[in-house]
Amino acid sequence: MPVVMDADRIGRTLARIAHEILERNRSVDELALVGIRTRGVPLARRLAGMIRDINRHEVPTGALDITLYRDDVMRHPLGAQPVVQSTDIPFSIDDKRILLVDDVLYTGRTIRAALDALIEFGRPRSIQLIVLVDRGHRELPIKADYVGKNLPTASSQSVQVHLTEIDGQDEVEIQE
Amino acid sequence: MKKDLLGIADLSPEDIYQILDTAEAMREIGERPIKKVPTLRGKTIVNLFYEPSTRTRTSFEIAEKRLSADTLNIAVATSSVLKGETLADTAMNIEAMAPDMIVLRHASAGACHLLSRICRSRIINAGDGMHEHPTQALLDAFTIRQHNQYIDRLKIAIVGDLLHSRVLRSNVLLLTKLGADVWLSGPPTMMPPGIERLGVHVTTSVDEAVADADVIMMLRIQQERMQGAFFPSLREYFTVFGMTPERVRRAKPRVILMHPGPINRGVEIASEVADGPYSVILEQVANGVAVRMAVLYLLAGGVEEGD
Amino acid sequence: MATRLLKGARVVDPANGRDGEFDVLIENGFIARVGKDLPAEQGSSVVELPHGLIICPGLIDMHVHLREPGQEHKETVATGAAAAVAGGFTAVACMPNTSPVNDNAGVTGYILRKAADAGLARVYPIGAVSRGQLGEQLADIAELREAGCVAITDDGRPVATALLMRRALEYAGMFNMTVIEHCEDQTLKGDGVAHEGFQASTLGLRGIPGAAESIMALRDISLAELTGGAVHIAHMSARQSLDAVRYGKARGARVTCEVAPHHFVLTDEMLGAPVPYDTNVKMNPPLRDVADRDAMLQGLADGSVDVIATDHAPHHYDEKQVEFDRAPFGITGLETALSLCFDRLVHPGIVSMSRLIELLAVNPARILGVPGGSLSAGAPADITILAPDLSVTVSAARMRSKSKNTPFDGWQLRGGVAATIVDGRTVYLNDEFESSRL
Repeated sequence: MPVVMDADRIGRTLARIAHEILERNRSVDELALVGIRTRGVPLARRLAGMIRDINRHEVPTGALDITLYRDDVMRHPLGAQPVVQSTDIPFSIDDKRILLVDDVLYTGRTIRAALDALIEFGRPRSIQLIVLVDRGHRELPIKADYVGKNLPTASSQSVQVHLTEIDGQDEVEIQE
Repeated sequence: MKKDLLGIADLSPEDIYQILDTAEAMREIGERPIKKVPTLRGKTIVNLFYEPSTRTRTSFEIAEKRLSADTLNIAVATSSVLKGETLADTAMNIEAMAPDMIVLRHASAGACHLLSRICRSRIINAGDGMHEHPTQALLDAFTIRQHNQYIDRLKIAIVGDLLHSRVLRSNVLLLTKLGADVWLSGPPTMMPPGIERLGVHVTTSVDEAVADADVIMMLRIQQERMQGAFFPSLREYFTVFGMTPERVRRAKPRVILMHPGPINRGVEIASEVADGPYSVILEQVANGVAVRMAVLYLLAGGVEEGD
Repeated sequence: MATRLLKGARVVDPANGRDGEFDVLIENGFIARVGKDLPAEQGSSVVELPHGLIICPGLIDMHVHLREPGQEHKETVATGAAAAVAGGFTAVACMPNTSPVNDNAGVTGYILRKAADAGLARVYPIGAVSRGQLGEQLADIAELREAGCVAITDDGRPVATALLMRRALEYAGMFNMTVIEHCEDQTLKGDGVAHEGFQASTLGLRGIPGAAESIMALRDISLAELTGGAVHIAHMSARQSLDAVRYGKARGARVTCEVAPHHFVLTDEMLGAPVPYDTNVKMNPPLRDVADRDAMLQGLADGSVDVIATDHAPHHYDEKQVEFDRAPFGITGLETALSLCFDRLVHPGIVSMSRLIELLAVNPARILGVPGGSLSAGAPADITILAPDLSVTVSAARMRSKSKNTPFDGWQLRGGVAATIVDGRTVYLNDEFESSRL
């Protein structure tokens, strides 16, 4: 299983994104980070931490579960339902510039679901997308505003992101 | 999980925990400004209630609407039963309109099993005679878990008309499956024969049942039971079996007091106990929506892995 | 005239002390002779029976509901008689809870005419104890006797009061008629639908305790003792009732009892599985627990039980396709009884063939006071030919009864009927034995 990003690389990539966020967004006060469950959440928290380290500003951070908004839910009558976890956004998103965070951008359907979910919570000023890996093969007109690494892949391959908070180590690998 | 939810009898402990965990996520939806998710959009759910019910039917209806399903309430008036249309015929007529789910409450035990044999729709049992009321037991377990993380370490006392109660049967099955120490108490005239075989303690002494209990669950007494000579009078019932503040004090200091509702003040439960600090009766009602949302979601469909 | 010689079968005729290979000669509808190596005479047809069959006196089911007059959608005398012969029964005794009730000569005569028209099994009507079976006044019992009734009962319910039961026993005793009793204390039964026990408790079904039956059995046995009359306990199901019967017999009371096949084969576990709340498992008295079922088997083995009778209770499909509480009580029995008896009593060695014939022929004939129960010379040629090793798959769809409410559909059993002969005529021949020329 080829490892395409190791722990060190992931750390430096996130740091670069944190700086990009501050560079492109004049007013930090309007920002809020929302991580998409499951692995978008620790990534969002790390970015919040890095921003805090750079300019001592606390960016509100939340977690979003998009299972109930997927477009493929209820499609097949047999089989177990995907597990639903709770959404935890402990602040108002009205007029905020939301930074949506996910680990892998692929078809774009997860992001579509996340946008639907987010709109139910309020009316943000804008929504931008941060992903650690963009592996191509978009099926919807979605693009990321901040990309950690572009990783062209074949459809038959899968991209596995491991993060210390969940998997015990930081690593991105491609599997056949 | 199977196609239908006919009773706790068909659920494994894993199934139960899955429902409770999902209900946790569903509860959060009720706290949002927009209390809706699109998950069951386009699905039709029929609430077929042969017995009157405000609480359970409303709870299901809210749960269904929060998941964006289209709901249809059919309250079968007694007169149409007298007119003679059988349950089977009513069900087949409804089935012809292809609902995705039917939530059935009926006065006869086994009515949901009959429907399950006839209909392709998923059937959810909202109470069949004296048999089971699975979503009530699930929301009771959910409520208990909010106060006590480990159900298998709890002593739980259930007091009242055990014989006629579907809430009792579902709760006994669920709580014993999760390993709790269950104590049943009530008049000897109202004890289902052989119930000890389900792994519960049975006593006519309420004091013994509630001693050091973590949870006390009260069951309704119906006034008509006096006609069947089950007990002499409501006054005597309250003296011997009623939940008074003195009795509650025999339980653990952090005991929670539950009741499926509606309560008979001064019969099975003293007013001050129902309104007192131990009572979680209103929480149960609130939790009902989340638990029912979880059941509807888990029964409604499947998805392949991917994306 | 019609002379037939049946050769090559085992004959089990306990009334005449016979169990062995014998030939049976039938002449003009009567049994002419039973003996070894009987000569075949001119003009008689000789039937060499296939190996392994058993010839016995025609079986008698002394408890069936033929539903006519009044409920012909469930069954008629004709369809019931056809079901009877298909089940190996040459005669049945039918219950009076028809509509109108058989409490007068008119209804009795009607039933007998219908039976004659059908020309299959003999039908012996049982008359009502009380007018309309309402439990208030005695019915005209002498008139019923004259019209052809062989016993009286208020079956469907018990005789309403001890006083009325006493009078019935005394009065019917005048004609040497037995009072057949449906033992049940109605206040204990209440609105129960299943045996009061663990199964009913967990399924949320209202229970009927065994004591509801045994209390009434004790009442009736005491009254039989008091009056010297004869009481027959119908469809006994509870072990306490069997103990009461033993007690009564020991004291010399004239009490007999019957058990239906479902009560010695099934238990209340059927309520939950394989089909939960299957209305084809709902009957009164209900299926009881394992101890009761085993007690019935013990009673059959040790002689305390006198008769096996089916309580054949046909109900239309629509009536049973409802919630358990609302379904009528009862299952069919005529076409499953014999196979169940072979498979669950004879083959496991609980009951011998001779004992089975006593239970199904000798004792019913004696209790009802009707001819039959033996292959004595000069007796009407009512004969059942049994196939003890026949492989049978119960099929409700192929039954001759109008109603299909049986819990045994699909069961694989060993043992069945080869042919049924009434008055010397073959009125039923199993397809498997078509080549036998019976």
